[in-house]
Amino acid sequence: MSARDEDIGATVMPPDLLAGHELALEARALDLDYSGRRALDAVNLQVPRRQVTALIGPSGCGKSSLLRCFNRLNDEIAGCRVSGEVRVLGLDAYAPATSLPELRRRVGMVFQKPNPFPQSVADNVAFGLRLAGLRSRLELDDRIEAALRAAGLWDEVRDRLDDSALRLSAGQQQRLVIARALAVEPEVLLMDEPASMLDPISTLRFEELVVALRERYSVLLVTHNMQQAARVADYTAFMQAGRLLEFDATDRIFTNPRLRGTEDYITGRMRETRD
Amino acid sequence: MDRLHLGQHISQQFNSELAALTKQVLAMGGLVEAQLATALEALAARDLRQVAHVVAREDEVNAAELEIDARCTQILARRQPAASDLRLVLAVVRMVANLERIGDEAERIARIAEKLGNAELPEHYAFKLAQMGSLVRDQLRGTLDTFARMDETRALERLRRDREVDVLYKELTRLLVDLMQRESERVPAALEMLWGARALERIGDRCKNICEQVIYLVRGKDVRHTGLSRSAAPLPETK
Repeated sequence: MSARDEDIGATVMPPDLLAGHELALEARALDLDYSGRRALDAVNLQVPRRQVTALIGPSGCGKSSLLRCFNRLNDEIAGCRVSGEVRVLGLDAYAPATSLPELRRRVGMVFQKPNPFPQSVADNVAFGLRLAGLRSRLELDDRIEAALRAAGLWDEVRDRLDDSALRLSAGQQQRLVIARALAVEPEVLLMDEPASMLDPISTLRFEELVVALRERYSVLLVTHNMQQAARVADYTAFMQAGRLLEFDATDRIFTNPRLRGTEDYITGRMRETRD
Repeated sequence: MDRLHLGQHISQQFNSELAALTKQVLAMGGLVEAQLATALEALAARDLRQVAHVVAREDEVNAAELEIDARCTQILARRQPAASDLRLVLAVVRMVANLERIGDEAERIARIAEKLGNAELPEHYAFKLAQMGSLVRDQLRGTLDTFARMDETRALERLRRDREVDVLYKELTRLLVDLMQRESERVPAALEMLWGARALERIGDRCKNICEQVIYLVRGKDVRHTGLSRSAAPLPETK
């Protein structure tokens, strides 16, 4: 029998899967509670550098909560308590000495609803740069162009840089948000259902971008669209009820997962709940 | 049939599609089994009416292959199946291609009755061929059974029993070659018998292919070209 019922506790993952791979993000024995309600339970996750890793699982399984641990966005939520270890680019993200602004520069984030600022396209991209003190017009222009190119948006907006960002299509706005994140030269990109508000063609364009970003950035992507995970991710992690149950190469997860639970989820099966 | 929990999709429609697909494959298998049985009877009895029957039903076998392939294409397009569902569809496509070829071989066997006409051969050659025919019929029935039960262990056993078919084939070949060397006027008839044995041996190989697909479908392990049939090792663990 190929898929077996889950053992309680350990994440099922081939032992040498990430051997020799540098890690961008790591969670070890990570617990997360929202006002006493456990949302993450002893999560162990390794996200390799310069690859796309997808987090999949049913609603409420904790994937967004896990994502937000890596840029400490959970700090903003009252009653949220984290224990265990979170490492970002080799450093302890929750160490007292950690600079939050610096963490959030190195770890960019893209949300489900595109959130461009109500400013021009160029000003959106330049926002983080100006905040960091960059004033040189020439250099700003160069960095804006580079970021827009990297986000696959340059050709569409090169003649509209002073137009309001709110006039772009949803797909363009989402790519603008990525350009804004890329402008400050992050190393990791966190994406929380980034394409779920986009039409199918914009989604595919967006996915092309995600795969291309892999060359320079490490991507952790939360998606409820399994085919999207299958299309863009090198590695896929399956979560359920706050636990990370299985982690493997995407090919393996989608052709022959090890756990019955993973198989049931990706094939759309019902199971008798045992608890 | 439900070892893979095929019937538990939230989409009832998808459940029905997969159930219908497996039923169709087994129906095609039954048809091909019948073709082989009739062909062997036709040959043994030199019954030209039964030959015509086999030839006429070949169209049904071919039509079944096309229809099942079309259903598989639809499922791939519409459902984007994953994991065991995906393996089922892929396995079905390959199994059905093998079943269609078995149908072709059965027709070939039947037509030998026509070609032999009234030619006489000593009884024990026909007997040996019938023996081989019986063994291959049993292989085919058993193979289809492993699919019906989704039983990869039985599939592996069936796969290995193809050696018995090969043994009979070599024996019969040797006897017929011997005959042809001793009695050159028997050569045309002996050659037809040899083609008959060859067709049966090919059917045996096709059954092996189908068993490999059952193992793939259940275990997720592609055992084609691994020499599994010739070894005594247990099924490898999927890494």
